[in-house]
Amino acid sequence: MIEQRISPPKTRIDVTVDGSTVSVPEGSTLLDACNAAGADVPTLCYLETLTPINSCRACVVEVEGSRTLVPACSRVAEPGMDVQSDSDRVQRARKSVYELLASAVDLSLAEPETVRQMERYDVDPERFGEGWHRTDEVKIQDDLYIRDYDKCIMCFRCVAACGPDAQNTFAIDTAGRGLNSTIATEFDVSLPESACVYCGNCVAVCPTGALMFKTEYDLRTSDDWRPDDQHVATTVCSFCGVGCNLELHVQDNRIVKVTSPMDHSVTEGHLCIKGRFGWGYVQPEPD
Amino acid sequence: MLGAGGGTSSYEEIESTDLIVLWGSNARNAHPIFFHHLMKGVRNGAKMFAVDPRRTESARWADVWLGIDVGSDIALANTIAREIIAAGLTNDEFIRHSTSGFDEFAASVEEWTLERGEEVTGVPAEAIRQLAHDYATAETAQLCWTLGITEHHNATDNVLSLINLALLTGHVGRYGSGLVPIRGQNNVQGGGDMGALPNKLPGFQDVTNDEHRGKFEAQWGVDVPAEPGWHVTQMFDAMERGDIRAMYIIGENPAQSEADSRRTIDLLEGLDFLVVQDIFLTKTAALADVVLPAAAGWAESDGTATSSERRVQVMRKALDPPGEAKDDLDILSLLAAEMGHGWGMPTAEEVWDELRSLSPMHGGMSYRRLEELGGLQWPCPDEDHPGTLFLHGWLWEDPLPREPAPFSSVEWAPPIDPLSDEYPMRLTTGRRLDGYNTGVQSGGYRSPIATGGVIDLDPVDAADLGVSDGDVVRVTSRRGHIDVVARHRDGLRPGLAFMAIHWPDDADVNTLTLDAWDPKSGTAEFKATAVRIEPVQR
Amino acid sequence: MLGIPDSRWHGGERTAGGDRVAYGGFHRAAARRHLLLPALHALQDAIGWVSHGALNYVSERLDLGPAEAYGVATFYDLIATEHAPPVVAHVCDDIACLAKGASRIVDELEAALGPAGEHGDAAPWKRSPCLGQCEKGSAAFIQCAGASARSIAPVTAEQVIDIVTSGSADDAVAPTTSAQDRSDLRLLAILDDEGDMGLYRSKGGYEGLARALEIGPAASVAEVEASGIRGRGGAAFPAGIKWRAVTEHEGVKYVVCNADESEPGTFKDRVLLEGDPFAVIEGLTIAGVTTGAQQGYLYLRGEYPVAFRRLSEALESAREAGLLGPDIAGSGRTFDIEIRRGAGAYICGEETALFNSIEGFRGEPRQKPPFPTDAGLFGRPTLVNNVETLANIPAILRDGGAAYAEIGTAQSTGPKLFCVSGNVASPGVYEVEFGATIRELIELAGGVDGALRAVLIGGAAGSFVDASQLDMPLTFEDTRAAQLGLGSGVIIAFNESIDMHTIVARIADFFGEESCGLCVPCRVGTVRQHESLVRISEGGDRAAELEILDELDHVLRDASVCGLGQAASSAVQSAIRLGLI
Repeated sequence: MIEQRISPPKTRIDVTVDGSTVSVPEGSTLLDACNAAGADVPTLCYLETLTPINSCRACVVEVEGSRTLVPACSRVAEPGMDVQSDSDRVQRARKSVYELLASAVDLSLAEPETVRQMERYDVDPERFGEGWHRTDEVKIQDDLYIRDYDKCIMCFRCVAACGPDAQNTFAIDTAGRGLNSTIATEFDVSLPESACVYCGNCVAVCPTGALMFKTEYDLRTSDDWRPDDQHVATTVCSFCGVGCNLELHVQDNRIVKVTSPMDHSVTEGHLCIKGRFGWGYVQPEPD
Repeated sequence: MLGAGGGTSSYEEIESTDLIVLWGSNARNAHPIFFHHLMKGVRNGAKMFAVDPRRTESARWADVWLGIDVGSDIALANTIAREIIAAGLTNDEFIRHSTSGFDEFAASVEEWTLERGEEVTGVPAEAIRQLAHDYATAETAQLCWTLGITEHHNATDNVLSLINLALLTGHVGRYGSGLVPIRGQNNVQGGGDMGALPNKLPGFQDVTNDEHRGKFEAQWGVDVPAEPGWHVTQMFDAMERGDIRAMYIIGENPAQSEADSRRTIDLLEGLDFLVVQDIFLTKTAALADVVLPAAAGWAESDGTATSSERRVQVMRKALDPPGEAKDDLDILSLLAAEMGHGWGMPTAEEVWDELRSLSPMHGGMSYRRLEELGGLQWPCPDEDHPGTLFLHGWLWEDPLPREPAPFSSVEWAPPIDPLSDEYPMRLTTGRRLDGYNTGVQSGGYRSPIATGGVIDLDPVDAADLGVSDGDVVRVTSRRGHIDVVARHRDGLRPGLAFMAIHWPDDADVNTLTLDAWDPKSGTAEFKATAVRIEPVQR
Repeated sequence: MLGIPDSRWHGGERTAGGDRVAYGGFHRAAARRHLLLPALHALQDAIGWVSHGALNYVSERLDLGPAEAYGVATFYDLIATEHAPPVVAHVCDDIACLAKGASRIVDELEAALGPAGEHGDAAPWKRSPCLGQCEKGSAAFIQCAGASARSIAPVTAEQVIDIVTSGSADDAVAPTTSAQDRSDLRLLAILDDEGDMGLYRSKGGYEGLARALEIGPAASVAEVEASGIRGRGGAAFPAGIKWRAVTEHEGVKYVVCNADESEPGTFKDRVLLEGDPFAVIEGLTIAGVTTGAQQGYLYLRGEYPVAFRRLSEALESAREAGLLGPDIAGSGRTFDIEIRRGAGAYICGEETALFNSIEGFRGEPRQKPPFPTDAGLFGRPTLVNNVETLANIPAILRDGGAAYAEIGTAQSTGPKLFCVSGNVASPGVYEVEFGATIRELIELAGGVDGALRAVLIGGAAGSFVDASQLDMPLTFEDTRAAQLGLGSGVIIAFNESIDMHTIVARIADFFGEESCGLCVPCRVGTVRQHESLVRISEGGDRAAELEILDELDHVLRDASVCGLGQAASSAVQSAIRLGLI
């Protein structure tokens, strides 16, 4: 009489990646299949906790019979698909994608993985010639985080985290169209005037440093951000009974940043204003 | 309630349930990450009801919001129960097989017609009917609540009245169906797990049970009192009678957190000896004879916490505590040594392993497993056990392995503090998104959305009072008065005002609240105060 | 537009008793989000722009975050989010009009009114991509606060100056004319119906619907399949496959007429919608009753005010005649059509972007699969057909698919409309049977003015051909063999007097302006392509630039999300191959 919803074991399907066959559960993406096959497929806009939006096109792969390349992060694998994860055509497209991005925005604080992929594809940001480049003032409107859209690659992760995939606050969205589109509040009002509730989940998912905690920004500005001197301790937030894991990033016995593990079922990396920023009471500001 | 005290479900279940009732909870502000899971459920198609005197930020996401009068929860629950029974929507097989006392219960709610429910709660009968029918006919349903249910003089009855609804419909003990109280502090659940209750030993083992108590006496080599102790509210009454003359307070700030704070402070000051162990020199610590500076548990020491889904998780020390502050555990060990007990200086993990040996529900939760698996949900009796997603599956076993779950006939009683011509407004209290309790912790960062101590008024009331947004008003209750800035706010209704509890230095709301408390749980009635509001002439 | 608020919780009056129940939440908001673009249109029409306060009001009424509504508003060229003048003129300077001297009009307007505005600013006039009035040689689209939008074509600089300074305008569209003898034509037989149902029915109108109702969905799908008709919007996909797929799905489904005709040089759909709206309405109705959809949408280009008025009237006539509504022609079947206006975004002609636009989101394309026939509008199975495709449907049902398949060639069946413009004597829409050559069409339009330099076929997303290819039959199979696309039926002729650098750069600029910005190749690549072309025309290192353009061509074609990016380098590359630049 015990009723439980136990999903039946998923059927597995076979996909060929770079000549070898891998078996993945039905519903897996080509990215899952490539990972299962040990292929090194780069991603930029993709994050496992967010709905894929297919914007960066760094993860494109070649699928037999498909006219164009397809994004591995969101394309659902079908039985018998024949995938080339790093063919000449794929390499050419990826190199251009990174070069186009690097030619238009500041990637100096991009995630190490992005730097590695750019080296892998021998990216030359000058190749497409001098032209349009983002020029935005750093927006510092409060004490919690800053926005530097010079570094924004329009991956839309922040919009997804602020909106439907986690926070459901919708304080920011894409405004404008084409190259002039940007991530903005309504009429670009300042964050404190907007619907923003300062969960910082947008900052946590930003891959390029366009969104940055003020603590980190201040330390970087004073040339005192030292990742090698930091350690991370995982604990549980003290502010309510939900049990959110906090990763406290500590430098010189001071908390400099708070994140949450993406692979934890309680938070999936997301926090609220108290967990993210409310730690000040254990370390009064230095005089 | 149904044995061990804990939420019956896991957060993941609310993501795939068919119906969500959020009752007396502004989870979007008070438990934001739980609300993330809830919204996944809504986006996956779950219908949502919110029951709250205010149309809160959480209630805005509900398909239907029921704006009840403060303190009429039992009336609403009984009306829903009566409607489910009258409409023939009960889960008869579940009631017959898994519960007891149905007939008596059905008779007790017979008077709660939809019309009577509307009269007492203020909610239109049609909306009550809709909630009753949708809850009863949903395949799975999660009934979630927080302090809007428990901060009342009849808190336990409130909870029992909700449990009745789950028993009528079989919405408990199955994946996707359950009763979900969301805890207000990070380890209030863990405190209960550890026996920080007047009548319990760790693992919800009863102090009056000789076998349970005997295990602990054998391990500790001391006699454990067989009588239940007092809860906080009883302790203050005992102080008033002179039965308590000394007190050792660890990590609480009753001078500001207890209702009727003037009386609380008088009683603390009247003690012969007061020790306060805290990370701050709180208002309470300022009254103490001895203050023991403590490390902040979540950042400056190792330990565990148990969440609202019964998930035990390890907390690791990130920072060295400042100055002479010490880990709570070390302070207790040093005190024990001074008192002649040779505990040594055990680590948090060593204490935990002793706990595991004595509390069967924690048996399988080694630190190694807790860290590798991102926590485990109790009960978890041995190291091969994956933890328990939801409780009370036994209700669906045949034959039933335990005594059936009892219905509880619950009488509705209005709030203790009645509205009158002199005190015509209902003031209720709660949390804001960026604040926490008395503000000791949440006052330590620069929140761009901080409101400070303000009172939220319905624009209609504000207009009647001639109060503009930002004016100072005097709020007077039968116990005292405060002056506070008024703010016009959506989500209220005429006659209802709201204050947060986080800025006692600006606006000490607990000057106004009363100390009527629930005899069963010891929780005070913070949620229902009768007040008068007047503009302050400048 | 949004009606009276149903409670204080959605912007209504506060009552002393307070409202003790509120119906709202996520599901209600999701079900009402599609009202966002119509609400923004209503504001724009009424006051000429969407103010901060107005945006907040709409957001509150629809339970949306203001940032979301702002994101949608700023996506569209015809929605202003800065305080705009009451009258704003959008003046075409796209390729077909450029060939007819549009740059002179632009120069005169700059001299008189100052520089053209950018999106969101308060200038009284803006440069516009193709307005679909190419046969007139020049065109303006006028937005008037408090009055309906207007089209003026042809237009002069003096007219535009007069309108924006006087603050009022009337329609001044020259009647659609054709040099063609129309007596034997199928699609253009009626060009002056303008919504006269009696005339339409007197020429066999609604006989197709009657037969569809008589033979039922399965047989109707079979007729469409037998006809061999391929989509006329540009992708040339066999229509029967889509009809069958949607018909075979269970549950709620939709049919959509894609009338967001925006491909530069294309105006055939406008001519059909203005002149013979019932043909499209009947076609969509047949699609609805066949597939089992109860709701159809006609997504109409925002710059087609005349078509909007005529279609609205025609829909009303159809409802009055019982040919739309709860009991179509006494069949017991329910079907109705709602017009949704676009708001100035080429990308919304892409079918999945069109769905997002109707649903109240930014008009960004979705990754396919899933295809619309499985998960389209509102996530339901959806049949999308172009205006011209649907206009063929009544005849296919009336006369049978087999008879239709007799027209044209074996693989390209039926009649076809071509939009001939640029340097020809009589620009216009011409109907031929599939198989006619480029030369024959140019001759139908009176031949080239002057010496021919090049012909653009397929529009901005198409390719240039030169005099050596004029005898190529304009069929799907012949153009594919030549690695060209038939596209939407565009033929723009350019004579020797035209600076092809300017034309090619304008095409590249068009894609940069119209890219939605979702994917990197298109968002950045289209602008880099335009920059490179400008450098070439300014005497830059041609070999190095051609290398850049080649690389951009690869990444745009291979890695863009949708057809816009995938086709954005096509015309440029063909111009390079032919040595036009």
